[in-house]
Amino acid sequence: MAEETKLNDPLDKLEAQSIFILREAYHHFKSLGMLWSIGKDSTVMLYLARKAFLGHVPFPLIHIDTQFKIPEMIEYRDQMVRDWKLQMIVGKDQVSLDNKETFPDGKISRLDCCQRLKSSALKNTLAADTDRYIFDHSLDKYVIDKNASSFTGVIAGIRADEEGSRSKERYFSPRNEKNQWKVGSQPPEFWSQYKTEFAPDTHVRIHPILDWTELNVWEYIQREKIPMVSLYFDQGAGTRYRSLGCYPCTNPVESTSTTPAEIVQELKAGKFSQIAERSGRAQDKEDGGGLEALRRDGYM
Amino acid sequence: MNNEVLHLVIVGHVDHGKSTVIGRLLCDTNSLPLGKLDSLKKQCKLNSKAFEYAFLLDALKDEQSQGITIDTARVFFQSLKRKYLILDAPGHIEFLKNMVSGAAKAEAALLVIDALEGVQENTKRHAYILSLLGVKQIAVVINKMDLVDYKEDRFHSLVKEMTQFLKELGLQAQSFIPISAFHGENLVESSSKMPWYKAYSILEQLDQFEANQALETLDFRLPVQDVYKFTNYGDQDRLIVGQILSGQLSINDEVHFYPSGKKTRVKSIPDYPNQQKSFGKTGESIAFSMSEQIYIKRGEVAVKQGQTPPLVSSTILVNLFYMGKKPIGLGSSFDLKSMTQKVTATIIEIKSIFDSSNLSTKTNQEIVENSIVECIIDLSEPIAFDSHQSHPLSSRFVVVMDYEICGGGVIKEGVKSEKSDQIEKKLIRNLKWENSQITRLDRSKKYGQAPTLIIVTGPKDSGKKPLAKLLETKLFEMGKFVYFLGIGNVLYGVDADIKDGEDNRSEHIRRYFEVLNLLLNSGLIVITTAIDLTQKELNQLKTQLSDTKTIEVYMGQNEQVLDSALYKFCDRDFVKQSEEIIKQITC
Repeated sequence: MAEETKLNDPLDKLEAQSIFILREAYHHFKSLGMLWSIGKDSTVMLYLARKAFLGHVPFPLIHIDTQFKIPEMIEYRDQMVRDWKLQMIVGKDQVSLDNKETFPDGKISRLDCCQRLKSSALKNTLAADTDRYIFDHSLDKYVIDKNASSFTGVIAGIRADEEGSRSKERYFSPRNEKNQWKVGSQPPEFWSQYKTEFAPDTHVRIHPILDWTELNVWEYIQREKIPMVSLYFDQGAGTRYRSLGCYPCTNPVESTSTTPAEIVQELKAGKFSQIAERSGRAQDKEDGGGLEALRRDGYM
Repeated sequence: MNNEVLHLVIVGHVDHGKSTVIGRLLCDTNSLPLGKLDSLKKQCKLNSKAFEYAFLLDALKDEQSQGITIDTARVFFQSLKRKYLILDAPGHIEFLKNMVSGAAKAEAALLVIDALEGVQENTKRHAYILSLLGVKQIAVVINKMDLVDYKEDRFHSLVKEMTQFLKELGLQAQSFIPISAFHGENLVESSSKMPWYKAYSILEQLDQFEANQALETLDFRLPVQDVYKFTNYGDQDRLIVGQILSGQLSINDEVHFYPSGKKTRVKSIPDYPNQQKSFGKTGESIAFSMSEQIYIKRGEVAVKQGQTPPLVSSTILVNLFYMGKKPIGLGSSFDLKSMTQKVTATIIEIKSIFDSSNLSTKTNQEIVENSIVECIIDLSEPIAFDSHQSHPLSSRFVVVMDYEICGGGVIKEGVKSEKSDQIEKKLIRNLKWENSQITRLDRSKKYGQAPTLIIVTGPKDSGKKPLAKLLETKLFEMGKFVYFLGIGNVLYGVDADIKDGEDNRSEHIRRYFEVLNLLLNSGLIVITTAIDLTQKELNQLKTQLSDTKTIEVYMGQNEQVLDSALYKFCDRDFVKQSEEIIKQITC
């Protein structure tokens, strides 16, 4: 068969676009970081970064650890950090944790908990307002990041098909000095020309996999054999996680899928083809537009 | 089902029913997640509000309270043939920039018109923008036919009106479809309410549209996005990266870069996690290494030897759609981004200002938000582009002011000027240039200096030569490779065939700059003096010598001249002056 002269496979097209966006981000933002939630989407994004930069990841990864993450997530994170020699930064809301002002401690609502342990911790970590920790490969452990400075470009792995508010995002989405997202006054974005200019004290969120669907992500994981945290697969109990988060607020779904191929099948034709992905996430349901309110305030 | 995804935009005047059309399409093609419809119906009941299909899209609180789509939302649905990604564009005039964001990505468009209200301001404006953005596959949907009792004559009178209007814009609708989105008539299946209409339903029409332009058959174009050398990871090769807009690239192809005219061959196309590719396809984001090391920056456009080269100019005639809040006009400056190029642009002539709502041309010279302008723009540096007819992507540009993208357009042609002649000469010089095996970087490392030009100008006897010669001596004593050249050294030798005088000044200057270019290419620090160079000539110097560090020095009493000069000296304290300049070189 003659060699194809253009990209035809939707996955190839998505990949090419994501790489283009990642390279744009790397070119324009001196202080650039990538949010890595350990979930499948941002792990695919991390893999795409290695593709874009020929096996390197030339910027740090940022993880907001609520301390309520499922333990396997943290194990997997640190293993990948070692295997792929990643620059890894971890941030958290130490004050709320110390005062036990969290939902699992029973003191505040789910949304308030997300607001503190995720949104506010993220905001402070990005601005370098609170201590953050960096993985020291020579010591093989996390140490306080002494050279912490604020990020002007933050790459995030959100997808437009996840839920309503994310479908309105841009690839390059400005945040003002208060970390807020102004949905109504977003700049236009067209012809692969993005918002790469920004005023002092503002920063830009960059969304390289905005156009990917949950199915695309799993098909890509299957095709490229990208290592995933084991929580996504049934370990014998007949359940697995479809979306990862903090253990008090995230529930596994009933499924016996043990491989990406089986998950792809499940999403295409099986029982999940008609059920929203985040249906296992409790915070989306607390109030009709809860996630939208969180997003405007800086939530991923 | 086909593997492709067609990008579709739905445009039209506010309240003409775009969101309802989308909600219906999602529902009637079973493209909604299970339970979504029920939960929304329940929510409506809870708020004692009648359910509407448009609500499916209005996922945002803000939006529901105002009842208008404020941004381009993306939703997917599928027919039996393929998948669709809908970019739901808002109809409200204030959100026109969002409509542009959506429409620019679209391969096809549905233009929705309310059968009762008929053609409105934004119907026309959106149609105009579709034509400007190059969206050629359009179907016009006459919605709310139920409100006109499904009457055929009403449909035909609107068809007639729109056909004429679209024709003026150079557009032709593939079909006109009478529908009622609210009642689901002619959305997916043919409507029994309108037996007089025999043609496609919306979904049938959508399946007729073609995905993708045939970019793979056009000449190779790759806008250089960046140049990587990950030395701290042990990589040795310098890699050019970018996404292939059109055509293909293979190992060993001779590649020419525009606007500079530099050239090299493709040595390898590395890939991760696999080792190598032999071939880059249209649409692919690739990296390639070069067999001859040349200095290339982001913004250059890589093309293949033997194919039609792009146009290069620093003065261009454009159609600009302006979306900024602040009115602009003759003399206004902004950044212009085209492919990966970014230059400063100034409007030097306004041909016409077009009001997209009534297609009238204004004589008023103020360009306000949402107007379309044909104008001539002068650029700080030449850019490479193609004419809109020959390449749909490489003729596009956007305008950036105050950190925001506030306009976009297409380049119609390059405008002939004195400068375009110089640009062309330089381009040909570079294309014919025989590359050395020793790169600029190798030379810099060996000599411990970057090639640098110090150009000293000003009135006669203002101290240019004494300063220049002192600089030469001092740098020489520091161990630098340095050379002094007065313009006179060129005038009587290289220029022996042309007479001195104003008429020949530009040719004298061009040759002088070419000689400087040769000396700088050899890796030297060159100090040169010339009487009264103008700002225009200094700008030309930048066109002729690419990528060389240049320090401009003005000596004289008139501080108002030569804005680009780094130093302006009015006394004869050469020792102090030379020290300042040397600091600048060695930093």
